[in-house]
Amino acid sequence: MKTETEQNMGNVNIARRSFLRYAGAATVVGALAMQSCTKDNANDAVIEGGNNNGGSDITDIGSGDIGILNYAYALEQLEAAFYIQVVNSFSSEFTTDERALFTDIRDHEVLHREFFKAALGAKAIKGLTPDFSKIDFSKKTSVLGAAKAFEDLGVTAYDGIAFKIENADYLTLAGKIVSVEARHAALISNLITEGSFVDSDQVSATTGLNISNTPTKVLATANLFLKTKVSAKSFTF
Amino acid sequence: MNLFNVIEEIEKIDPEFNDRINPRRAAIKNITSFGSKVAVAAMPFAFATLFKKAYGQTPGTDVNSVLNFALLLEFLEAEFYNKGLAASSLINANDKANYFTKIARDENNHVAFLQGVLGTAAISKSSYVFDVTGGGAFADVLTNYDTFLKVSVAFEDTGVRAYKGQAPFLLKNEVVLGAALAIHAVEARHASAVRYLINKKLNLGLKPWITSDTKGNDTGIAAVDANYAGEDNIIQGGVTLTSLPAVGTSNSKKSATASFDEPLERAKVEALLVGSFIKPA
Repeated sequence: MKTETEQNMGNVNIARRSFLRYAGAATVVGALAMQSCTKDNANDAVIEGGNNNGGSDITDIGSGDIGILNYAYALEQLEAAFYIQVVNSFSSEFTTDERALFTDIRDHEVLHREFFKAALGAKAIKGLTPDFSKIDFSKKTSVLGAAKAFEDLGVTAYDGIAFKIENADYLTLAGKIVSVEARHAALISNLITEGSFVDSDQVSATTGLNISNTPTKVLATANLFLKTKVSAKSFTF
Repeated sequence: MNLFNVIEEIEKIDPEFNDRINPRRAAIKNITSFGSKVAVAAMPFAFATLFKKAYGQTPGTDVNSVLNFALLLEFLEAEFYNKGLAASSLINANDKANYFTKIARDENNHVAFLQGVLGTAAISKSSYVFDVTGGGAFADVLTNYDTFLKVSVAFEDTGVRAYKGQAPFLLKNEVVLGAALAIHAVEARHASAVRYLINKKLNLGLKPWITSDTKGNDTGIAAVDANYAGEDNIIQGGVTLTSLPAVGTSNSKKSATASFDEPLERAKVEALLVGSFIKPA
């Protein structure tokens, strides 16, 4: 009893799935470009990533799902760069266990960064230059404080933009990553103060919901740690 | 069933519902004028089709159904932690104050939040019996703290997977997807904390993240293997993570599996819980 519309919708879904698989076959760029052709205007946007925007030192993430993936890529670049520096110059105050945990987190963030870079291909924004001058890598408290800020920010960023994602497969990918960021966030919070993993700075004590943030707010914080500033002009909700 | 009341109810929790079905609004208006050609018995089908079009999913994955599935899981988690906290000399004072009082607070809040969102559409807790021993598989869960910790880890990790699995059904739904992911993040915070805690106590080599080196389940608790099935996936969005450029051990299988958490579909979550931890009243 399927209507023609229904059948067409089903075919579109199958087509989308095939696209993703096709993307998997190392032809990511082409597939993403083709996919954007089949969708609404929000996804047909010109991606400004990869270039400086109008000569200023601001990189815009672009729009549509590609913009959101670039947003994630920008944040993962920041996190990866931070943990690489932490692990390369471990403060003597870190215990052996803590070093192992931070090395794991470095690995995860580098993998997230490399994943987005590979998935986005030519649509990826450029490599961002971090500015960690505000962080004292020789002091554990400084490193833990910055790590908490980055992890909490990551969780609120993914959750805050998720409803703008058009493609369900991308939403699932974001979900796969954000829970790992939340795991990091809880651990680091507990390393600072045992039992602070769901404190009210991040989790409402009345609803049990984690807070979330808009790209504008997230990038205002992220840009404090970036020489290459990032903007999200298409996501000013 | 009054279709228009139902749509109004949906709009309360999904303000964009009308926008979703907007192109077919005329069709909805016309439902009332189908006349005698459409038998009353056909209405549920027409309604199900409407949902399918609005959310692009089969019936059972509409917003209320997703939220009630979440509520059922939260009932179980809340019951588990409330009973654990109430059990005398199960949880030591430090862990009670720093971990389980907070986790129980969140789970009880999730129950209240979901009930508030669902309103009269919420399932009733009294329709179910919650057996925290899982039908006897974890018989000493309220007397042996090690067992309690193990069940807690499995519940939290599975909760994360369950919410993640439902996210696609809430695609583009600012309010409900936002709330579901906000709970999802809190479950992941819990999972991380309890994993860290159990590892400190039992030295299982367990990390706050699921590190699936040989199989999905990294907890060493064979009874929960199915809860972790598929966590050993190393291919994401078509990208083989272990082939990516590395810094240190970043592209190892351990790192690849730990850096992405996997969703679990509803039927599989229910298969793990219904009949053991959750039974009809």
